[in-house]
Amino acid sequence: MSTTVIPTPAKAPARPLLPRLLPYLLSLPALIVCIGILVPFFTAAWYSLQRYNLAMPLNREFVWFGQYLDMLTDPDFWATVRVSAVYAVATVGLELLLGLGIALLLRERTRFNNIVSVALLLPLMTAPAIASLMWKLMTNPNFGVLSWLVALFGVHDFRWASAPSSAMFTVVLVDIWVYTPFMMVLLLAGLRSLPQQPFEAARLDGVAGHFVFFRITLPMLAPYIVTATLFRMLDSMQQFDIVYAMTQGGPGDSLMLFQVRAYLDFFQYTNVGTSAALMIVLWALTYALSNVFIKQWLKLRERTHGAA
Amino acid sequence: MHEKAQDLATAFLAGRIGRRDLARRLAGLGLALGSAETLLNAAATGALAADFDWKKHQGTQLKVLLNKHPYADALIADLANFKTLTGMEVTYDIFPEDVYFDKVTAALSSHATQYDVFMTGAYQTWQYGPAGWLVDFNEYLKDPAKTAATYNWDDILPNLRASTAWSGKPGAELGGPGAHQWAVPWGFELNNLSYNQTIFDKLKLSPPRNMEELMAVAAKITKDAGGPYGIGVRGSRSWATIHPGFLSAYSNYGQRDFTMADGRLRAAMNTPESKAFHKLWVQMIQESGPKNWATYTWYQVGTDLGAGASGMIYDADILGYFMNGGDNRERGHLAYAPFAANPAAKGPTSNVWIWSLAMSNFSKQKDAGWTFIQWASGTDHLFYGARKSDVVNPVRNSVWQDAEFKERIAKSYPGYLNQYEKTAPDAKIYFTPQPLFFNLTTEWAASLQRMVAREVSVDEGLDKLADSVNRQLHQAGIG
Repeated sequence: MSTTVIPTPAKAPARPLLPRLLPYLLSLPALIVCIGILVPFFTAAWYSLQRYNLAMPLNREFVWFGQYLDMLTDPDFWATVRVSAVYAVATVGLELLLGLGIALLLRERTRFNNIVSVALLLPLMTAPAIASLMWKLMTNPNFGVLSWLVALFGVHDFRWASAPSSAMFTVVLVDIWVYTPFMMVLLLAGLRSLPQQPFEAARLDGVAGHFVFFRITLPMLAPYIVTATLFRMLDSMQQFDIVYAMTQGGPGDSLMLFQVRAYLDFFQYTNVGTSAALMIVLWALTYALSNVFIKQWLKLRERTHGAA
Repeated sequence: MHEKAQDLATAFLAGRIGRRDLARRLAGLGLALGSAETLLNAAATGALAADFDWKKHQGTQLKVLLNKHPYADALIADLANFKTLTGMEVTYDIFPEDVYFDKVTAALSSHATQYDVFMTGAYQTWQYGPAGWLVDFNEYLKDPAKTAATYNWDDILPNLRASTAWSGKPGAELGGPGAHQWAVPWGFELNNLSYNQTIFDKLKLSPPRNMEELMAVAAKITKDAGGPYGIGVRGSRSWATIHPGFLSAYSNYGQRDFTMADGRLRAAMNTPESKAFHKLWVQMIQESGPKNWATYTWYQVGTDLGAGASGMIYDADILGYFMNGGDNRERGHLAYAPFAANPAAKGPTSNVWIWSLAMSNFSKQKDAGWTFIQWASGTDHLFYGARKSDVVNPVRNSVWQDAEFKERIAKSYPGYLNQYEKTAPDAKIYFTPQPLFFNLTTEWAASLQRMVAREVSVDEGLDKLADSVNRQLHQAGIG
């Protein structure tokens, strides 16, 4: 009888501790940041299920989704949704058009264009709250330079942010002044990075300028446009500083955006429950918007890469 | 020589020699009166120390949260005396008013032990008190081991003491039975008229005495003064729009914010009398107010008066006081008058803003904190603030009676003492204390904005406001 000796595999030498731990150590900061974000998020979600006003501690109670249901029947909440949507669409739409226009004008890499593109970034360096105070002075009906300018065109006594009819227009104007350079710089970077062959081919073929713009430039620039729009849309939905510094959400409730309402609810009215519920709704809206934009961006990138 | 000077300062504080005598004898010692101030303060500190163990918490380090305000500046300037008296160290953080109360709310709601003492308004205690964030000073005030005999709590104006005390029961009377003394008054503001004497002289106007005259004078200024508008009042979307001139005038017509029945609050802003008053107020702003009234806080109201852009303001008297000095264009041209909106009223009914000192319930050194509050709201510091700094208006009756303080005010602020004397007896908080104060009063201001902008009529606006307020009171279980 023969016996087969199966050799036992040689025991692998033990790896030093540090290389084994390295992946965990490297991912630790990300984990800590994640926890840092998720703890306040879940705390807010927890508070949003309670009627909880700090000034009335005895009335604190768990109401599940009661606050969310109350919101659905609250006209003030729907006014906030409407005002926030109008603000976001108006600012992002106009900033996109202006930013794209300026980027197209500065597309060529000349010394003048480089200087102008840097100079145009200055409003972006201004804190939005400071920009609001500057605009508050410029739009003062008594001595503001803009009031004086519109008076030259026969518009006297224009009330800017202090009249419900013109308040939205005024804060949108400030937002455009501050954030158009952001759009411009992203789109300019996109324009300057586009491959030149399609444009050279079009030039050789004598293709009309508008055809080049709509059929070559715009489709190739689309991923950049979507990225810039996504950033600005999310930011506009969460607008606070410009509006609060200029009008505190007034006159009346004409500029009562999500963040302004949530801020007032918490810091002035100590109503933790409603403030948290508003923030969760805002999170859900921005999350949904981000998903739509990111899916669109992936599609466009695929198409652009395919076309290239 | 120093000992002799100290003896003189002690004799002056004890009332054995007069101010003129003190000056003469100090001059004999080669000291100017100005340089003797430190000596006087030090002597006063010594006098304070005689009857109470101020050194009990020696070595303790207190942290104080302050709002940027002339009262806070006076406190900071006098801190060295507190240190000498008690041996305690005081550090402080100071923030502008725009963000100050956010900071307080954040610190208290997080139960942070960082701050021991902080500045607050009386209205804020209606939130902080029931939340359990404030120390009730009643136990300290009643304890002779913790409160110096010289503190003289009764010297603080009675309406102010009552206005900073509340039981926490919605609608219960301020200072009534079971009231917690959640704050100690420190400085306050009456709401009256401050006006530009130059404009009034030019247009041959007298200070208006009631609402009808106020509207007529304001309209006349807007029409004939050649630039300035008639009347500056606040208009931003904030509770602070309601509390100064507006509520003072509203109360003068006998109107209330809420009624109380069977322990339940109900909005009272839409009574026929209230609607009539609102109509007058709205009309006044439309005709003679600032063009961008809806963005006006106390700051714009004040600076317009100081810059000569408005003829008068119906706001805090101290706002008019500060606009009469500094770098303001109209410094030295402003005057002051008491104001009772209702011609049938027996006198003004000014709603008051009270800068107060409160103590965090999460402080680890409450007894030391109380020692600081005692000193800061005590006679000695308030005399210093009133005479040497800008602590107008002091909360102590003895300071108002001080000849030096009165002389200083009467000299440069015509009518200021008169408006105080006429208004003080019925000056108090006219709001009904309740925990939803800030949201409901801000909503009131937002309604006023809609009425002034003609988005809604006064009648409709007030009915809607009352409905909304009643709904919120009901939801909160107090209406």
